[in-house]
Amino acid sequence: AESLLQQEALAEPASRLQGLRDRDPLTRFDTEVRPPVRLVPERCQRLRCRDDVATPQVDSGLPTAEEAYNFFTFNFDPEPLEEAAEQKKERRFVEDRGVEEEEEEGGGGGEEEAQVEDGGEGESGSEEEDKEEDGELFIDETAQDFLEVKKAEYLGYHSRVQRESEVLFTPSLRTVPTSCKVPENMQPRYLEEEGLYVGERPPVSLANQNILENRILQQDEVPSWLILVPGTVRCPFPRYSGHASRYVAGLGETAGRCQLDVDVSGLIFSHHPLFSREHVLGVRLVQLYDQHLNRQHRNITGLLTDKLHGLRNAVRNITDLHGDRGLNVVMRQRIAEYRLEVRNTRRLRDVEQEKDRTLLKSTLKVWKEMKALREFQRFTNTAYKLHLRKQEVNQSRDEQDFEEEIQMELVELQGELEEEYQRKISQYRQQLEEWKAWRKKQKKKKKKKKKEPNEGDKDDEDEDEQEEKDLGSEPPKPEPPERQELSLLEQQVREKAARIRRKPGEPILVPEVTLSGNITPNEQCPRGEFARREDVARRSLFVKVLYNDKEVSRTDRRPLGADFRVHFGQIFNLKIANWPESVRLQVFEASGSSSALLAEVFVPLPESTVLTGSAPPQELEFSSSQRVTFNHEGVGSDVPFSFEADGSNKLTLLTSGKLSCCVSWAVGENDIPLAPPTSQTPGGIHGALRQTDAIACIGASGLSDMKRLSKWAAESRLDPNDPSNVVLMQLLTVASSGEVQVPDYFRLEQLQEEFNFVTDEELQKSRRFRLLTLRSQEVVEFRNYKNVPAVEREVSEKVFQDYEKRLRDGEVVDTKEHLDPHRAVVAKYLKKIRESVMNRFLIAKHHFLLSDLVQEDEVPSIGVLGLNIFKLAEPKRPLKPRRKERKKVTAQNLADGNIKLLVNIIRAYDIPVRKPHPSKPAVASKSARSFTEAFVAAQSSQSALHGNDWPLNQVQVRPFVEVTFQRSVRQTTTADGPNPCWNEELELPFSAPNGDYSTSSLQSVKDEVFINIFDEMTFDITEDDRERGSTVHTRIEKHWLGSVKIPFSTIYLQSRIDGTFKVQSPPVLLGYSKERSLAGEGGYDSVLSLSEGSFVTLFITIQPQLIPGESVREKFDSQEDERLLHAAEAFQRDAALRFPGRPCLTTVIDISGKAVFITRYVRPLSPPQELLDAFPNSPQEATELVARYVSLIPSLPDSVSFTSICDLWSTSDQFLALLAGDEEEHAVLLCCYFLAMGKKAWLIIGTAIPEGPTAYVLTYEQGRYLIWDPGRGQYYGQYDTFCPLQSVGCLINADNVWFNTQVYDAPMRMGFDVSRSKLWKPFFSRAFPNPGLSSVQPEELVYRRVDKVAAAELQDRIEKVLKEKIMEWRPRHPTRWNRYCTSTLRHFLPKLEQSRGRDVGDEHRLELQSMLGDYRISGFPLNVPFSELQPIVEAVYSTGVHNVEVSNVEFALAVYVHPYASNVLSVWVYLASLVRTR
Amino acid sequence: YAMATNNPSVFLVMINGQIEGANFPEYDDLYCKYCFVYGNDWAPTSGLEEGISQIACRGQGTQPALVWNFPLEITFKSTNPFGWPQIAVSVYGPDTFGNDVVRGYGAVHVPLTPGKHVRTVPMFVPESTSRLQKFTSWLMGRRPEFTDPKVVAQGEGREVTRVRSQGTVTISFNIVTKDMKKLGYDATPSEALSAAEARTPSLAHPL
Repeated sequence: AESLLQQEALAEPASRLQGLRDRDPLTRFDTEVRPPVRLVPERCQRLRCRDDVATPQVDSGLPTAEEAYNFFTFNFDPEPLEEAAEQKKERRFVEDRGVEEEEEEGGGGGEEEAQVEDGGEGESGSEEEDKEEDGELFIDETAQDFLEVKKAEYLGYHSRVQRESEVLFTPSLRTVPTSCKVPENMQPRYLEEEGLYVGERPPVSLANQNILENRILQQDEVPSWLILVPGTVRCPFPRYSGHASRYVAGLGETAGRCQLDVDVSGLIFSHHPLFSREHVLGVRLVQLYDQHLNRQHRNITGLLTDKLHGLRNAVRNITDLHGDRGLNVVMRQRIAEYRLEVRNTRRLRDVEQEKDRTLLKSTLKVWKEMKALREFQRFTNTAYKLHLRKQEVNQSRDEQDFEEEIQMELVELQGELEEEYQRKISQYRQQLEEWKAWRKKQKKKKKKKKKEPNEGDKDDEDEDEQEEKDLGSEPPKPEPPERQELSLLEQQVREKAARIRRKPGEPILVPEVTLSGNITPNEQCPRGEFARREDVARRSLFVKVLYNDKEVSRTDRRPLGADFRVHFGQIFNLKIANWPESVRLQVFEASGSSSALLAEVFVPLPESTVLTGSAPPQELEFSSSQRVTFNHEGVGSDVPFSFEADGSNKLTLLTSGKLSCCVSWAVGENDIPLAPPTSQTPGGIHGALRQTDAIACIGASGLSDMKRLSKWAAESRLDPNDPSNVVLMQLLTVASSGEVQVPDYFRLEQLQEEFNFVTDEELQKSRRFRLLTLRSQEVVEFRNYKNVPAVEREVSEKVFQDYEKRLRDGEVVDTKEHLDPHRAVVAKYLKKIRESVMNRFLIAKHHFLLSDLVQEDEVPSIGVLGLNIFKLAEPKRPLKPRRKERKKVTAQNLADGNIKLLVNIIRAYDIPVRKPHPSKPAVASKSARSFTEAFVAAQSSQSALHGNDWPLNQVQVRPFVEVTFQRSVRQTTTADGPNPCWNEELELPFSAPNGDYSTSSLQSVKDEVFINIFDEMTFDITEDDRERGSTVHTRIEKHWLGSVKIPFSTIYLQSRIDGTFKVQSPPVLLGYSKERSLAGEGGYDSVLSLSEGSFVTLFITIQPQLIPGESVREKFDSQEDERLLHAAEAFQRDAALRFPGRPCLTTVIDISGKAVFITRYVRPLSPPQELLDAFPNSPQEATELVARYVSLIPSLPDSVSFTSICDLWSTSDQFLALLAGDEEEHAVLLCCYFLAMGKKAWLIIGTAIPEGPTAYVLTYEQGRYLIWDPGRGQYYGQYDTFCPLQSVGCLINADNVWFNTQVYDAPMRMGFDVSRSKLWKPFFSRAFPNPGLSSVQPEELVYRRVDKVAAAELQDRIEKVLKEKIMEWRPRHPTRWNRYCTSTLRHFLPKLEQSRGRDVGDEHRLELQSMLGDYRISGFPLNVPFSELQPIVEAVYSTGVHNVEVSNVEFALAVYVHPYASNVLSVWVYLASLVRTR
Repeated sequence: YAMATNNPSVFLVMINGQIEGANFPEYDDLYCKYCFVYGNDWAPTSGLEEGISQIACRGQGTQPALVWNFPLEITFKSTNPFGWPQIAVSVYGPDTFGNDVVRGYGAVHVPLTPGKHVRTVPMFVPESTSRLQKFTSWLMGRRPEFTDPKVVAQGEGREVTRVRSQGTVTISFNIVTKDMKKLGYDATPSEALSAAEARTPSLAHPL
């Protein structure tokens, strides 16, 4: 146990230390991820290793019992420590750091320990000895007194340092050689040099960096990043070198310490608009003189002449020395080189001499011109004066020199020519040889041919030819070169010398320009010149200094001197905080109080070594392209003028000049330059400025100069990988690759390629990407597709099936579904139109208006405010409450189940009543109605009352209403009587397709609300009469009486539907009669018109109220006259302003998407002849037949989705070809027919129930107005209460459009006389007459013949399909067909068509009755225009006839298709159920 | 289920956090609503998608901020980082007449990387179209509002609006993601990784 304890005591601190030591030497910079798992075994291993060491020690020095006793009883602190120290020595591999820790731990016994340590230091090598000593010491001490007084021990500094150095590790401050940092056999990498972008490093002091590096190197492993990037520690956080770096580094301390001195000393104009002609010449003179001085200073001619002499001497020396023969190859070579050099030098000298000569000449010329001008104008403006100093020369020597020179040149030229000649000769000889050889060959061949013309095979000949071909065409015979005439050569040389050189003996002329001339005083000048001088005196100049595009200061104004020099001599000291980007000087010229910018000069920013005092002044040229003209002597700027009398040789000068200034960094106290620090790159010569800003270096104008830019880029060693330089580098590579030029194409996204996510093919191939693409394109099938799978394999091909099928079907027409190939084509065409409209809508959907996004209350007008005040006085609970407007909800925050359709069924009128089963033959029905009947309330029908037929107390009818919408069905309670009142609210849930509640989606909902009225019939089927008292056993049957269909889109767009609707009921209802049976109800009823059919009063709305979509905000192009379009727009705007909500149409969109003026649609068109022939004697019948024909053209079922969003108007021929259209097309066709029949007819644009905005037709007959519903082929008198037309917006005929400006717009309350301008506002008036718009309609409609065979075929098919369907709908019961009844019904149908479904019911019911006396029949004929099969099936289904579940029920079904012209078909379906009564 | 396997088909983003408070120097008694707006490929699996906070009054003295400390906790699953959820916040409070008016709308993306994040969302309200409108809306307590608070999380159609900025809302998020890396979306920056690595306490070696 002891040993155990001891062991623990030993092990514990050790392990702790070990723990510290072993801890992963993590640094923040280490980016390498080190798996933590690896640490554990490592540590374990080390522990184990230490244990190995520890155990033997313990084994050998096992304490005796005494020792053990002492251990526990005595108090000797140092011992365990000693032992620990011992241990420590044993474990020498352990790092020293740990020891120090230990030392501190053992703080109390510091002295002893120190002693031991001191002792130990000397003999650190021998552990064994130590141990023995320790053992003795231990025993000795036990015998001695432990208390001992000692003086405080002081440890000397040096020894301490020494000791610490033993213990502590101090990394060296010295820079680590690179070789140490790199593993063996590896080369250090310098990323910067490799061209990789490294970025800026955070500042770390070199000392710190070295320390860190040394320390890291001392550790076991060298981190990999150190190898990668030698030198410095990488900063883990990228530093943004954006705007921050634009401030001078170390702004905090050195703020304002940088100072830029801008010295604006003055400027000289080389041209100024106020220059006189003399000035122009003067400036030119001075320029030439300056040039002369410059040349003289450089003395190139002299230098070249000397060089020439030297070379000549050299050549001469060589030849002299060696003679001709002694020349070896090297010498020859040298001489040849010298000669070449001589030639070049001579040429250069000649050029320079010529320049000198011309300069002198032109100087003289200008001076002469100036003198002439001064003489001519009689005054002097400038003080310029040219003196010519003559230097006499020695005539004879001069001549000698001249001649010598010429001879020399001649000799040289001869030599050159000779050389050239020799070269040519040798060349000639060679060529001649070749030519001769060729000739020989030719001759040989010819001979050969002649010799063996017969022997030669064809092959041979071929060969020859081949050879000939190979030799090619005959080489030209070389001409021997000619020797140039020596005399000619001499002449040339002399001519040249005369031209460019001073003639021998001619004095040397030295021009000298002075400013010593006199200027004519002002008063002696002519007026023009005086004015000019005045003008000059008025002008003054100043210079603005702009630093980083901000004006920092400006010079004083200085007057423009007569010599056009301005001296400023001002120095501006700019204390700067921002990084210098540009220094600009703007030269302003002021005359009076106004000043104008003359020119702008960019001053290059000085390098930081350019300091005030040492910086040379710079002369910066500037110019301005301003055009200035004067009416005085000033020549102006950018104005052509001439010195010649005839005005030739025009000159155009621009204002220009030189600004002398100097920009340098200031020198502060103690001669410290106040410049920003240079960049840290060792190549400090490229200042930070240059690297950061190209503009600062080469000026803004340099940017457009590609050469300068590229030069600058090369000089400043732009980092090509620095992201901020991308654009520049791109530009430069383009520039340097070819010629220095900017590409002549422009690419918007030059980096697009690099940023492409994947290639297009991959995008196509991947199903997932395809899905995403299609979704983002808002393709119908994928719009709002949820949860596109994350990985490719989860996207099944099935997803695309529908879409691909649709794409395929676009091509193939499925005839099966349509029964009629023509219809199929039409359906396809309609689909295309729908798609294009849908696409337009989708585009428009992405255009937002403010009202789409922000909800804001309208500013209340005074009227509204007044009403509001009025409202305060209103009774809280009025007797007749009105519906309040509800808050509208946008489609965005809707979800499934939120929207409900509220249908309030209020009451119904004139529901057909049951007829008693055994009925007597009825009075003959009215055969014909006249128009007059429609105007006057019906009075006759009541005469045929059958009230007495009905047994008293028997309920006439028990109607209830069933509302079907989106497969949900609600029904009201059952009421009694033909005029029931339900007043019930039914709630139907609404869900949008795909859960998409966007406006567009809601608008395209095609569902309809079916409101069916049924009669509930109860039959007592109690079989046993005895039970009658106690049991009720009845069967309930419901008999369909009629229905109202309202498309959802209408409700959505109108937001509510409120009104009385006509119930669509079949013309014949077996078992029911429409007649009113209650005569006794008094006179009131008789006043009411007994109108056609029954009516139901409804209120339908959506809860919450949805905001209907805006119409497509798109401007359609048009071929109409611009003026007409403007007028139309104005007319419509005016109408909308005066009567908001009253529809007004002027232009409509035709089927190709172009705006067309509406009157173009109206044109008399004759209906099919057979319709007119049907009733030759009765125009009224014919009219009704025509209306019926029009109504039989099917309504485009899908047009519903576009009403008021985008209404397309097709012309009547298109309409008839498509056989589909909405109300407008029907109305237009009907109107055109009526016009052709000689009626007065107009198109009514208005609103009706339930279709909403629609078009009707108005006719004027016998002094009354009739309103025609083109979709149903019915007509109403103007005062008919049940007319579905609710409001009239405008009337249209072929000539004009009239807008309703009356107070009321209900047909009943308004006048239709369009000639009354008070009531109707015409579009074309006297002010804007009708320009005679041609019609878009064809002249004549061509009708296809009636196809009876096809109709019969279709009839059979429909009947077959319907029978199948009915059986399908009755899966639980057998369906029996009563053949007899069917044939009877089939008989009736043509009659019904003939009478257009009117009032034949009684007749044939009687007929039926007589035949089938034993049956109770209920049934009715349905009439629909034929478009597709599906609507017919739907219609049959909705009647619910098949629902009869009596076991002995039988059915009868008959179909009749009546064909009209152009494939217009009227389909009749007669369906009846028969129940045997006995 | 696929989630348990090595080949997940969805990744999860779990958001814990709170709407800490707001700084509206001029207003008091404010409450806020939030809702998450996310793309088609996202679906919340648990937690509340929207909420409404209590009314907070400003503290006494110098405390300028309103505190709601309104917790957010929601988990999304998604297959596609497109449409990354945003939180749309709207702040309401009474005006001088006691009508509840909107004091600010704002939205911010839920941070992409796991860990704790604090976001300060600047808030703004739509401006009236005219001065008269502004006056009447002030008078009637019916300030212009966005038709939908989610408008601020979408970019489309914003060009037609004009807004005034007022106040900020501070939201803190704690984000946990699952399987994102497995699906190839590496949103964790390398710093975060190494930082996580370095979090084990260490005693620096003495220099």
